[in-house]
Amino acid sequence: MSNAQADNAAMVSADGVPLKVSLARALRRQKIRALFLIAPLLIFVLISFIAPIADMLFRSVENTIVPDTLPKTVVALQEWDPATGEVPGESVFAALHADLLVAADEKTHTRVGQRLNYETPGISSLFRKSGRRVERMDPGNYKEQFIKIDKDWGNMAVWETIKRLSGDYTSSYFLSAVDAKWSHDGIEFVPENEQIYQTLFVRTLVLSVAITFTCVLLGYPIAFLLSNLPMRTSNMLLILVLLPFWTSLLVRTSSWIVLLQQQGVINDLLVAIGLVDDQNRLELMYNQFGTIVAMTHILLPFMILPLYSVMKTISPSYVRAAKSLGANDWTAFWKVYFPNSIPGIGAGAILVFILSIGYYITPELVGGTTGTFISNRIAYHISSSLNWGLAAALGVILLALILVFYWLYDKFVGIDNVALG
Amino acid sequence: MAALPPYASSAQIAWHYGFRTICTLIFLFLMLPILVIVPLSFNAENFFTFTKAMLELDPDGYSLKHYNDFFTNSDWQGALGNSLRIAPMATLLSTGLGTLAAIGLSQQHVPFKGAIMAILISPMIVPLIISAAGMYFFYSRIGLQGTYWGVVLAHAALGTPFVIITVTATLVGFDRSLVRAAASLGANPVTTFVKVQMPLILPGVISGALFAFITSFDEVVVVLFVGSAGQKTLPWQMFTGLREQISPTILAVATVLIAISILLLSTLELLRRRSERLRGLSPG
Repeated sequence: MSNAQADNAAMVSADGVPLKVSLARALRRQKIRALFLIAPLLIFVLISFIAPIADMLFRSVENTIVPDTLPKTVVALQEWDPATGEVPGESVFAALHADLLVAADEKTHTRVGQRLNYETPGISSLFRKSGRRVERMDPGNYKEQFIKIDKDWGNMAVWETIKRLSGDYTSSYFLSAVDAKWSHDGIEFVPENEQIYQTLFVRTLVLSVAITFTCVLLGYPIAFLLSNLPMRTSNMLLILVLLPFWTSLLVRTSSWIVLLQQQGVINDLLVAIGLVDDQNRLELMYNQFGTIVAMTHILLPFMILPLYSVMKTISPSYVRAAKSLGANDWTAFWKVYFPNSIPGIGAGAILVFILSIGYYITPELVGGTTGTFISNRIAYHISSSLNWGLAAALGVILLALILVFYWLYDKFVGIDNVALG
Repeated sequence: MAALPPYASSAQIAWHYGFRTICTLIFLFLMLPILVIVPLSFNAENFFTFTKAMLELDPDGYSLKHYNDFFTNSDWQGALGNSLRIAPMATLLSTGLGTLAAIGLSQQHVPFKGAIMAILISPMIVPLIISAAGMYFFYSRIGLQGTYWGVVLAHAALGTPFVIITVTATLVGFDRSLVRAAASLGANPVTTFVKVQMPLILPGVISGALFAFITSFDEVVVVLFVGSAGQKTLPWQMFTGLREQISPTILAVATVLIAISILLLSTLELLRRRSERLRGLSPG
């Protein structure tokens, strides 16, 4: 940097390069070095985590199985208009025959039947039955022969379903996930008493709110006590909060089973002191009560820790000032201390709520049939009913719900402030 | 909330003790599961409740038979072995990659920092059931479902956010002039990292590693979907045990796991104090 040069000239670094360029280069090098350090993990997370989530998003709308297994039928169906109210003509049945011959050979006809069965019950057996007999059909007059195998081939609903699902992508999983389906006159909801998913979403939200509320109720006094005790004592008591926090989730769930079951510790105690008759012991678990108790216990530390960290920063002189101005204990707390602690309540409550709506293990083990969450239904569709598309659609809805709450959390609290104890 | 002042009114005294009672009850609620499960694991009977002999503190009411079962039963030992094969490898992966990334993220100029951070933290935010579902779908596409490496990759991904958070927190207090000083004295970047930076951020790295380890060691949802019978871990074995036919051995396993948690918790606390002392944040 020589000032000896003309004043108008750009400043130059020692090696003669203009300072601006030199600085920009250094900055660029710094950025590249930072990215270089981050890249391995970023690639790792993208492959092992983000790709699976993207795959799930994809699977919730993917429907290639129908056009892949019945390629000719799908093309032939394009010209058929369900509004005529008539079953498709011979050309479509001929195409179906050709497709089913290949599919039965590759044994894929049962899978496509299963897929269509999610929409219109009965199609699965229809395809299985027809797949067995399609080889023995005589050439020509396929429509009649198919309807002879099963009169359902003359059913409008079957053909409408196939036509509706002939594209590569479908919204049908999402419709099922909110208890809706296609009918003759567009989308309609299934009757109220059959609405399982809406009921489950509502139940998940209601139970999560209940759990969050009990966590606030139980967490607030503890955080208040911890933040007002001398450091040494509060650190000792904090261990009582952190130990359950660090204990394995399954350990805590199993101890709640031991405590709550009908032959369990709590019932035994109640019988022993004569509050409950031995014949009609209380049903404390395999219901919503069990889920709320066990999950409140599991999530309580997530409430206490952020609340405590906020309360620690509230200066005791505020309350003292209020009291010196004549407020009684309650007014000083309610008008001065409590409003200052609201950010902590907000942080803890949103955290507990988000964690709770995605919970799986505890509701599965102590929830019975009335205390389970939407997660349990997702797991059921993956491992038992094998309706992966519906599982994916439910997962996408749950994920969207959680992202909204995280956005709120980030807005009000900041994601970087997640307390880890 | 400290001691009661001598001039406290009777209402204040009542509230003082009332509040303490409420807090004691809540602490009891927090500790109850642990307090109950530890003594019950020494039950001589196959019951899940306190027997008369136990309440009378009769030595015959207690035994180590459930522990004996845990350490001799091939199912439980197999599960423990799997856990011990999976968790350290997942920890190694997430700690190594996570520490590097945290150092990168704490540089002064990082392009797209917000977006990168969001991606790296996302495994912690997304509910486990959704991660498990997505991984099940995707890993079966690429042939990783039901393999050892599939489970390790999944667990490593779940553990990295904790490493990032703890190491970044340690780096906040890191004095950059130390690196410059080392460089000006002729150390190359690798020497600077190994001799100067690493020893100072080590407590953060170790706590991150412990978090990653416990994440993998306790994790059940993802391994349930991504793993197959050959990767049955301890939590998985407990989960099936609880769901199908609950055996008292679970109580012994639970007690062993509680002991491990206590060990980890004390290690973390020691590390935190050491880290704060190194950074001069607290007198110790």
